[in-house]
Amino acid sequence: MSVAALQDWWLTLSDEVVTYGPGFVSATLVVLGVTVASILVSWVCGLLGALGKRSSFAPVRALASFYVWFIRGTPTLVQVFIVYFGMPQIGVKLSPITAGIIALGVSSGAYVAETIRAGLAAIPRGQVESALALGMNPRIMMVRIVLPQVFRMILPALTNEAISAVKNTSLLSTITVVELTLYAQLMIATTFRPFDFYIAAALIYLGLTSILSQLSAFFERRYARLS
Amino acid sequence: MAQIATAAAPLLKIRKLHKSYGANEVLKGISLDIHEGEVVSIIGASGSGKSTFLRCLNLMETPTSGFMDFERFAFDYEQGARRQPTPQQLCALRARIGMVFQSYNLWPHMTVLENVIEAPIQVRRMPRRQAVAEAEALLQRIGLYEKRHAYPSKLSGGQQQRVAIVRALAMAPKVMLFDEVTSALDPELVGEVLALIGSLAAEGMTMLLVTHEMAFARDVGTRTLFFDGGVIAEDGPPDDIIGAPRSERLRQFLRRVLHQPAALGETA
Repeated sequence: MSVAALQDWWLTLSDEVVTYGPGFVSATLVVLGVTVASILVSWVCGLLGALGKRSSFAPVRALASFYVWFIRGTPTLVQVFIVYFGMPQIGVKLSPITAGIIALGVSSGAYVAETIRAGLAAIPRGQVESALALGMNPRIMMVRIVLPQVFRMILPALTNEAISAVKNTSLLSTITVVELTLYAQLMIATTFRPFDFYIAAALIYLGLTSILSQLSAFFERRYARLS
Repeated sequence: MAQIATAAAPLLKIRKLHKSYGANEVLKGISLDIHEGEVVSIIGASGSGKSTFLRCLNLMETPTSGFMDFERFAFDYEQGARRQPTPQQLCALRARIGMVFQSYNLWPHMTVLENVIEAPIQVRRMPRRQAVAEAEALLQRIGLYEKRHAYPSKLSGGQQQRVAIVRALAMAPKVMLFDEVTSALDPELVGEVLALIGSLAAEGMTMLLVTHEMAFARDVGTRTLFFDGGVIAEDGPPDDIIGAPRSERLRQFLRRVLHQPAALGETA
């Protein structure tokens, strides 16, 4: 590459940042919104799945096991297609963003369920017994004594899952959600500059996931001190 | 005249209590009256059912059959009986009977103070301010007020166990159950825990203790039960039971726990 070509590339890049910056910002906001919403969905699904697997009622256990088995055994992309393209066939039509949040959340929830299940199993029996012996009902015991301990224990695993959640939003580019990946693709179609746009998208993903890692490290240090 | 009536009525009445795990019958018909202010030490070899019995009293274990009467609770575990406790009664009963375990079981994510106020706030619905005031008074009493904002992991075993006792006391229980509470402690930490239990006994707290501390059972207890093979083999004042054991089984047991030399040729 000649110096002239390098200069030319740099000038165009500066122009691009000015021109496409706002677009990247709104695409990043879409990624953030979908990530937060799908993580919330995944925690609800994960908690229900984990408690379901421990239920004394056999059909609930079977349902929870089926959920985890199905999700972990099929590609996330196919799950996204089932929700967005498949569901309308049985009368459930969802907007791309809603379908995406549900698909990613339910999908990630199966992994969260396994994580929570392992965390629950790691709580010593004595923790539960001392709570019950003081007259706590099972709900208070779960909410006040068991789950806070489980949460601290599984925080690193939850962070990994959240990082996956950020990256998996790119799957929604296939169902017309204009998040980072699809935005980059659309801009490449008019500028023919794939290197610039894909690298830009990658750097933004990297920024988001790095922030998550730092947050997690911060909470881990905090919890290590407070126990 | 009311005094005569209350003095006669036992606080806790147990009849024909059985507990089996599958084919293994651990408790084979325990009948017992506990009166207010009694300090009952329960001794016996491991596997004799003493811990299981204690755990049946606050229904941490569900009896296979039997009858139990305590305050406003009367439960009947005979088959087909309708007087088994509802989940609400179960909680209400446990709130009235304190239990302390061998392994302290303090909650590691809460400070000492938070451990103590948690159940009064959540179960007794006590206002936080009052729960804190009462907890601080209790911690003051056991000399751990300065540690109220420390986490359990920063405390010694003896301190943790004393906090566990205070945590149970914060519920203002009518009866306290102690399940081998000094067994997990280093020998030099046993004394502080026994001293606290002794001071509760002196105040008239009704309690049942499964223990291997024979000297403590004699000094503090008003009554000793010797469990053997799932039944109460001997029952009486500690000086009689420990000081003058009647059965050969009890003599053997006491020799083992007191580390006295066994008679020649005796098998344990």
